[in-house]
Amino acid sequence: MPGKPVLHYFNGRGRMEPVRWLLAAAGVEFEEKFLKTRDDLARLRNDGSLMFQQVPMAEVDGMKLVQTKAILNYIASKYNLYGKDIKERALIDMYSEGVADLELMVLYFPHMPPGEKDAALATIKDKARNRYFPAYEKVLKSHEQDYLVGNRLSRADVSLVELLYHVEELDPSALANFPLLEALRTRVSNLPTVKKFLQPGSQRKPFDDAKCVESTKTIFS
Amino acid sequence: METKPKLYYFHGRGRMESIRWLLAAAGVEFEEEFLETREQYEKLQKDGRLLFDQVPLVEIDGMPLTQSRAILSYLAAKYNLYGKDLKERLRIDMYADGTLDLMLMIAQAPFKPPKEKEESYALVVKRAKTRYFPVFEKILKDHGEDFLVGNQLSWADIQLLEAILMVEELSAPVLSDFPLLQAFKTRISNIPTIKKFLQPGSQRKPPPDAHYVEVVRNVLNF
Repeated sequence: MPGKPVLHYFNGRGRMEPVRWLLAAAGVEFEEKFLKTRDDLARLRNDGSLMFQQVPMAEVDGMKLVQTKAILNYIASKYNLYGKDIKERALIDMYSEGVADLELMVLYFPHMPPGEKDAALATIKDKARNRYFPAYEKVLKSHEQDYLVGNRLSRADVSLVELLYHVEELDPSALANFPLLEALRTRVSNLPTVKKFLQPGSQRKPFDDAKCVESTKTIFS
Repeated sequence: METKPKLYYFHGRGRMESIRWLLAAAGVEFEEEFLETREQYEKLQKDGRLLFDQVPLVEIDGMPLTQSRAILSYLAAKYNLYGKDLKERLRIDMYADGTLDLMLMIAQAPFKPPKEKEESYALVVKRAKTRYFPVFEKILKDHGEDFLVGNQLSWADIQLLEAILMVEELSAPVLSDFPLLQAFKTRISNIPTIKKFLQPGSQRKPPPDAHYVEVVRNVLNF
């Protein structure tokens, strides 16, 4: 009998946060084992748990999954958040990859050297407001449906809404000119599973703070 | 009757080369339009075919697809190179993504200052030998089959062959400790569609040179 998924990562957002969001949106309960020291990482490497010596790693269905995209693809397929055919999947993938590109900058931002942060923040704001948000607003406008693809919830909506929250933390008025994105965010946030995940006390992680950044430097040094 | 897929990119490898490999391996003829000027790129943007103002762009089955990984997944699924079920697809994704990480390092290196470029290439060879190739050697050893997943050709095999050849360009003896990968390389290279793609005159692109870097910088303005 399959147990709950177990996520192996440090206690912070990093590259694991999109996996937490997707599992939560799918209504899947999961456990977490947090890496706290360099030894924790070494142990996982030495027992062969990490295919390419890297985390994230998710234990799911008796397997040790690595590579964030592969993990997200598997979860999306398993829980019917990946469209109804390969053409829908192509659109979902294209939209999800765009989100992932900006999300990577956002999730990495707290871990950047102080001298590089100002430039990084300017890039994030520019890309969000001038490249990514307009693209998704246009998609929603083009078909006037409630979700990005196929008139139903997919992983693309979940990851985009996650991104909107994250960008807003760094740039509070970023969503000002994007009414359809705001509407999507409200709609997705009101889904029972997502609503629950947005409550305090859920497994959603806060902005990676200085303590978290210090800790990850040690683990990954 | 289907029209041929059309690829829009620079005349070089970059992030389009894996797509060329996959199409070629699947025996699918494709057309290419090469970006040489900023004006061409701006026209593509104005036409609204670049969702995030980025190439690669592949027009296929009536869709303007961007994001190389999305394109690769679509092609793999369409041409039966994505395994027979969800678990096989997962393994193909993991192996392909690991390989793509390595290849991204190679694709980005030419745009760095000379010293960092050399360091990047050295790191690629080191990672290939210590992090990536041992994994695939072990996979082949453990199941003793000809292909990485499900005893049939998949995207993962094509991606790995491409990566092996690219790393060999940086360090010819890189496979010396990996006998099963050597046999794998020979075997996959001899598949008729791939053999044809490896011949001179195919749509396979050469390694990046100074001219390529210059064109990309001009077109993308960085």
